[in-house]
Formats: sequence, C-alpha cells, structure tokens
Amino acid sequence: MYNKLIFDYNTPNRVGYDLPTHFAKFDNSKLLAKYGRKQTMILPSASELEVVRHYTNLSLKNFGVETGLYPLGSCTMKYNPKVDEAIASLKGFTNLHPLVSVNECQGSLEVLYELSQKLEKITGMSGFTFEPCAGAHGELTGLMIIKQYHLARKDKKRTKIIIPDSAHGTNPASSNVCGFEVISIASNPDGRINLSSLKSVLNDEVAGIMLTNPNTLGMFEKDILKITKLVHEAGGLCYYDGANLNALLGRVKPTAMGFDVLHLNLHKTFGTPHGGGGPGSGPVGCIAKLVKYLPNPVIIQKGDHYEFSNSKTSIGHVSGYYGNFLVCVKALAFIDSLGETNIAKVSDNAVLNANYIKEALKQDYKLAINEPCKHEVVFGGVINENGVTTLDVAKRLLDYGYHAPTIYFPLIVNEAMMIEPTESESKETLDEFIAVLKLIAKEARENPDLVKGAPHTTIVKRIDEVRAARIPLLTYRELINYHE
Amino acid sequence: MHKYLPQTESDIQNMLKSIGVKDIKALFKDVPESIYLTKEIKIGKPLSEDELFKHFEVLANKNKTNICLLGGGVYDHYVPSVIPALVARQEFLTSYTPYQPEISQGTLQYIFEYQSFISELTGLEVSNASLYDGATATAEAMLLACGATRKDKIAISSALNPRLIDVIKTYASKRNIKVIEIELIKGRTSLKAFNKINDGSLAGVIIQTPNYFGLLEDATPFSAAIKENKGLSIVAVNPLSLGLFKSPLEMGIDVAVGDGQSLGIPMGFGGPYIGFMATNKTYMRKLPGRIVGSSLDSEGKRAFVLTLQAREQHIRREKATSNICSNESLMALWVTIYLACLGNKGLVDIGNLNLENAHYAYKKIISLPHFKKVYDADFFNEFVVETDLSLKTIDRVLLKNGYTSGIHVGPHQIMFAITERRSQAEIDHLVELLGGIKHV
Ligand SMILES: Cc1ncc(COP(=O)(O)O)c(C=O)c1O
Repeated sequence: MYNKLIFDYNTPNRVGYDLPTHFAKFDNSKLLAKYGRKQTMILPSASELEVVRHYTNLSLKNFGVETGLYPLGSCTMKYNPKVDEAIASLKGFTNLHPLVSVNECQGSLEVLYELSQKLEKITGMSGFTFEPCAGAHGELTGLMIIKQYHLARKDKKRTKIIIPDSAHGTNPASSNVCGFEVISIASNPDGRINLSSLKSVLNDEVAGIMLTNPNTLGMFEKDILKITKLVHEAGGLCYYDGANLNALLGRVKPTAMGFDVLHLNLHKTFGTPHGGGGPGSGPVGCIAKLVKYLPNPVIIQKGDHYEFSNSKTSIGHVSGYYGNFLVCVKALAFIDSLGETNIAKVSDNAVLNANYIKEALKQDYKLAINEPCKHEVVFGGVINENGVTTLDVAKRLLDYGYHAPTIYFPLIVNEAMMIEPTESESKETLDEFIAVLKLIAKEARENPDLVKGAPHTTIVKRIDEVRAARIPLLTYRELINYHE
Repeated sequence: MHKYLPQTESDIQNMLKSIGVKDIKALFKDVPESIYLTKEIKIGKPLSEDELFKHFEVLANKNKTNICLLGGGVYDHYVPSVIPALVARQEFLTSYTPYQPEISQGTLQYIFEYQSFISELTGLEVSNASLYDGATATAEAMLLACGATRKDKIAISSALNPRLIDVIKTYASKRNIKVIEIELIKGRTSLKAFNKINDGSLAGVIIQTPNYFGLLEDATPFSAAIKENKGLSIVAVNPLSLGLFKSPLEMGIDVAVGDGQSLGIPMGFGGPYIGFMATNKTYMRKLPGRIVGSSLDSEGKRAFVLTLQAREQHIRREKATSNICSNESLMALWVTIYLACLGNKGLVDIGNLNLENAHYAYKKIISLPHFKKVYDADFFNEFVVETDLSLKTIDRVLLKNGYTSGIHVGPHQIMFAITERRSQAEIDHLVELLGGIKHV
C-alpha cells in the first residue's frame, strides 16, 4: 500500500523542474537586505518522475464518476464529457489574460454571450453573470441583488429572508454573509412549504424567500405558484437555488414558477466536473427589472462584435474577473452537444432513474415520501434496521464498489439517505446497484455486525473524526512534531 | 439517441412498467400543467463531437493570444506539463468533496499537502482547503477580522489591486462594514496616514505586497500598530514571491491571503484560480471553508479526514463562519503539484528569474527618451513607467507586433509585468518597439 507524503521526497539537490536560462544580471542583495526572507521552508526535493508517481498513486486512492456509480444526492454526479475537457484546454482559451482588450478576447466573449443566451432560454431569465465561482457564491450574489433592489426602492425595512428548514446549509449561511436575518420555517413532513406557516411570517420586513424545487426530499413543490405569488404580494422576491435543476431541465422554467433570481450549478446540471470540490461555477440569472443590479460588466452583442456593458446600479464585483471561465466553456459544450432535441431528456431520464430506484427499494428501505419523486429519492434507513444505521449502509456500499449516497441530509428526515442516480446511468447499472442495496438490507437482517463493521475492503477503515477535531494536525509540520 | 443518454426506448418502457406509470410525464403529475413544457426550448441543434470541437476551435482562435505584458494580479507563468496531465486523472477530476474518506484519501491527502505548503510559504500555522480566488479570500479575511473583533470598520491600503478593493467593498456594503482607504506615499501605503485612523475602532488592516503598482511593501509596522489596538493584520501576497521575500509571519501578520494563480495556473481569461488563506491557531476556528486533518483509522493507520466542521454551513447554517461549500479543490492540487516540482530551490530560482527579467526590462525602458521611472526600483516582476507618448499608440504598436500591452495605471503611466517566460529576445524587441514610437 503506497503510503508516502510528498514531504518524504527530500533528497538535496534533486529537482523536478527546469526554467529558462538566466540571461540578465541583477544584484538582489540590496533588495533582500530590506525585504528578504529568513524563515526557512520545508518543501520537497523530488525528481519529475517521483512527483508524477506520487500523485498517480494518490489518485488510485480516490473514487470518481468513471470508477463507478456515484449516487451522491443533491450533487448531480453525472458523466463529465471528455470532449469538453479537450475544448477547455484549447490554448486560445487557456492562454488569455482577463484584462486584454475587447478585440483580443472576442472568442471568450462569444462563449459567455452564447452561454448566457442559452441559459436565459432554459430558465426564462433576462440576464446572467458568470462571476460566482460556485453555487453558494451564486446564492450570495443573488441575495445581494435582492438587497440592492429593495434599497434602491428605499424599502429599508426588508432585512429578512425566509428559508425552509429542509434547505441546504448554504442557503441560511449565504443569507447571513449578505447581512440578512434568516427566518426558518418548518416544512411539512414531505419537505414542502407549509402555506400557513409561510403566511404567518410574511410581512413588510421580508426581503424574499430562498427555495429549491424539487425540494431536498426530491418532491416537487406543488404549491409553487401560490408560494411565489404570496411572497410577491408581500413585496418580497423569490430566489431559486438551482442545485436541483436537473429534475426540471427543459421541462419547467424557473421564471414560470415565479422566481426572480437564481443560480445554476454548472458543475451539477451542465456536466462540468466537480474536481474533488471545485472549481465549479454558479452563474446568477435574474428577471428584466433586476438585470441592472448584476455585477459589471455584462456582455452584449453589436453586429458580430461583442462588448462589455456596465450598469451604474450594479452590486459591484463578487470575484476578481469573469468567474471560472474555463468551466463555462465546458458547460456550453455540454449544452451544444445535447442540443434542443435532447436537453429535456436529461431531466426526463434523471427522474425516471430515480423513480426506478425508489420503487425497487421501497420494500427494503424506509421511503421518506411515497409519491413520485423527481431526480433524487430519499430513504430513512433500512426497514427492520436491527441496529444498522444509514452510516453503516453507506460504508457497506463502499465495499461493493459504489460511492455512498448523501447521508444525514436533508436534516428533516431521520437517518436520511439521498440517492441521485442522474441521467448518465444505464438500466443495467441501476439494476446492479439495487441488487447490492437489497443484499445489504438482507445482511442487516441476518448479519448486522458485517454491515456495522464496514467498510472491510477499503485501503483505510473508519476514521476517528473525534480525534481529528480534538488533536488538529493540519500540516506536515504539525504531524511530525506531534507525539502521543 | 445520444451518447450521454443510455436509456433506450425499450429500457424506458420496461422501467415505466416497473414503476407502474404509463409515461414519463406521469412522474411530473405534481407539476402544474400550465408550466410544464412539452415543446422544445430552441437552443440549437445538437452538434456531433467533431462539429462541436471545430466550432470551439473557431471560437478559441478568435481570441488573440500574444506575448503577454499584462499583470495586475494575473501573470503569464510557466506551467509544467505534468500538472495538467495529473490533474486530468478522473479520480481527481470527477470526484467531489471527500465526504467518504475511506475512498477519498487521494483528495484528502493532497489537500493536507496543499495546506502544509501554504503554511510553509506564509509561515503561518494553519491553512484552509481553498477559497474561490484571491479577491474573495481577501473579502473573507475582512469578514473574519470583523467577526473576531466584533468591530465593523476595516482599513485597506489604496495600493491594493482595484479588483480586490471592488470585491471587498461589495461584501462590506451588504454587511454595513465601513471600508477606509489608506493614502499612499510614493506608491506605498502611508504609515503616517494609517496611524491617524488607527484609533481602536478598526477590525483590521489590509496591505498587499507586492502591491498593485508592483512595489514591495513591508507590512511589519502596520501589523505592530494594529496589534496595539487589538485589530487584525491581513496581508495579500503573491505566493510566487515568497521564496525570496519576507513571509507573512516575519511581518507579524495574523491572516495571509492571496491568489494561487501565479503558482503555475494558466491565465484562462480569469479562472478557475484559487484563493488561499492562512492564519495562526488563535483564529483557526474562525477560518472559512473546508479543512483537512490527519487522524487514525480503526486499525491505527494514518488517514486524512475533513475536520473542524463545526465552523461550516452544513452544520452551523446561518451561524457558520462562511457560506462556502464547493471551493477550488482541483486548483489546490494544481498548486500542490507545482510546488512539489519546484521545491525550495525552484521557488528561489523562479523568483530570481522574475526579478532579473523585470529589472532588465525596466532599466532598458526607463533609459528610452520618452520614458522615465515613477517609483523606486523595489519591485518583483511588475513596474510602472511614465511616458509622454500616447498610451493608445503604445498599445497599437505593441499589438501589431504580437504583444499584449500593459495596464494603464494613469493617463501617462503604464505598467508592464515581465515574468520568467519573457526571453531576452522578447524584451529587447519590446524595448526596440517602445523606442521607435514617436509623438503623433
Ligand atoms: C441544494 C443545494 N444548494 C446549494 C449547494 C451549494 O453549491 P456549491 O457547492 O456549488 O456552492 C448545494 C451543494 O451541494 C446543494 O445541494
């Protein structure tokens, strides 16, 4: 078992780089006398092959979408097309400085303009910014727009955002970063909004509501038109967390549901890779009356030329340049490959796959809600659990060569286990996965210790998280200096 | 049929039968009929892979990638080929946040190594697993300082990159945080001006080195002064310069931030890059974002795991230290491999190469008749010069000859970034071109 750290490669004078020849003489002694570093660093000295081998070996300790089914609910772990990677590696895209003149970046501007146009058609929104680098960053940006809207109308009392308790943690966290007070409302058991609790908190202090639809239980918010109408009547705006758009892509436009602002997760719905936790991209779209608040600049077309357009009422920049541009390139390639004839089949098949799993497993696992789900299905642990928890089931899945579903989220379902197969998976893959989950349920009944002791086959076993938090060893220096 | 959609018509029929519904639409029966689309959204016909690739090649070729003299926070640096090759491995590329540590030791270990590298570079004890970019990292540092001190005023150097200032102000305004810009003297933050406002009301002070004008700044007197008033000192640094120049720790800094782009990340028209943040143990539990720690598995083997999660949004919701969830993990791997290749020797070597090349160009340019210096020469790889020539003409002449001109930092001032990638021939030609421009 490969078990080295990069710091274990430390042979003096061995190098893993080369640089152009030095051609200019410069005496840096005066400069270093004033600004020079004295503190030493522990960095490796490794040959190029040693570095390559080290990270190749680390990669072998990982599980990706191409390793096997990755049914991580709420994360939409679909296939990430190879051609999109090749396209985003074109030198014309990668070798371009963000501050070049408009004439030097026409290709990049066209990419962003085209992507904006297509996302506008898909969502019904009137404008997009690509500055946000992930979903949560998009939430923050969208909330800033909501805040700016109310302030511009001199409606200063609106300091509260309504969020159902079934929401993802980033929703309340983004509201707080944006300086809003969070009003959490209890959902119905199916995660859907309780209309009377909504009504009871609506007043002239409410800036808006944040919702994802389908909600985090995979249920479509049937009353969505009533909900958005109520919020609008109370003077608030409606924010759509697009994390779950894979259920509705090409079938329901967020504006038709009454939403005013949204973010999309290009790394979920639009097939860009998750990269072990980013880079993602969280473009924000909004309805016409809010476009003037988007971060500057937005890109406009004049003839066949693209230009920047700046608004005086913009909320300002939320990131350094144009966001994660190369991720946007991949998302546009994903959309263009599918095209208008296939885009709605993404959500159709994602929903079909989730319902297929739901029906097949409801005799073995406690179905949270017995209704057709959308792109993901939530169970609440094994039926006749026999002491076996959702965590145990998740760990046992690793033994069988699967990534685990999202577990213990949403918070409102006990022992939650959230399965999102995505449209990428074939019926055969789902059948095999279902068979394994049924087998684990059987193991739980007949030999619970086998499940409780899982995983058995992974390179490391269950990890002591309490120790990690109690004795934080966060760097190599701390690790080598720590003695029991 | 589409290669990304495996379900055949007969699969779909079989699956519908198992579910017990007649068609897929029946699974959407809870969607109001009035908003359910049955017609296609007109976003264009599907493109085959070859058509798709050609289409994007045309777009990529519409960009003009010239010899780049632009800097201002993003630099044209050498990218070792091993990095894109390794980072493209699907086990890294297509995985997600390491929620299942038993099958994510690859990601967890490289984040641990990344945190170690950032800690070594900055000298500070702890680093998080990454933030979106240098600008958001700086804004997060401001929020950290305000949270830690329970104050709502922050002083920033006017020599911060304007992009950093923009993002700081955007974040600050929504939280009613007051941002005060410290005046400059000869291109650097004025300590005298800072002392006038350092009255105990400040949550912190933010200095950048090298600053926006390329000049090195020693943040030591600022960190000492703010400490007396119980505020936090924050520095935004170019990590590539840290092989040569004082570490944030040596300057007495509480929080170091910056953008990892200079560590071998392609310019990519603005991203993806990576924001880093490091601090001391005192503020460890106030850090935004993910953190990886080393622990043991049930058999006593070393194993890495996400830790100190009680700060994070999925547990603390609105009370979390930040809203960040997905960060820039793959770019942390990028930077980690870069630093693994360079090591100590390489970091010093590339630092010197940047210094030498930039000073070589600087001396030649300021000795041209229409150019002169603006500040002293204590810079790293970027410098401002003054000229009585039209900046537009300079841009045009350079562009015609295959260069992307520098940043206009004033009506008569232009800033050039000269990295290790600029050869003697490229610089000599640049000087020749600049020397040949006449008044119009
Ligand atoms: C429902 C929901 N909202 C928001 C987010 C945050 O997205 P990101 O991780 O891109 O910031 C997630 C991510 O998992 C999510 O599932």
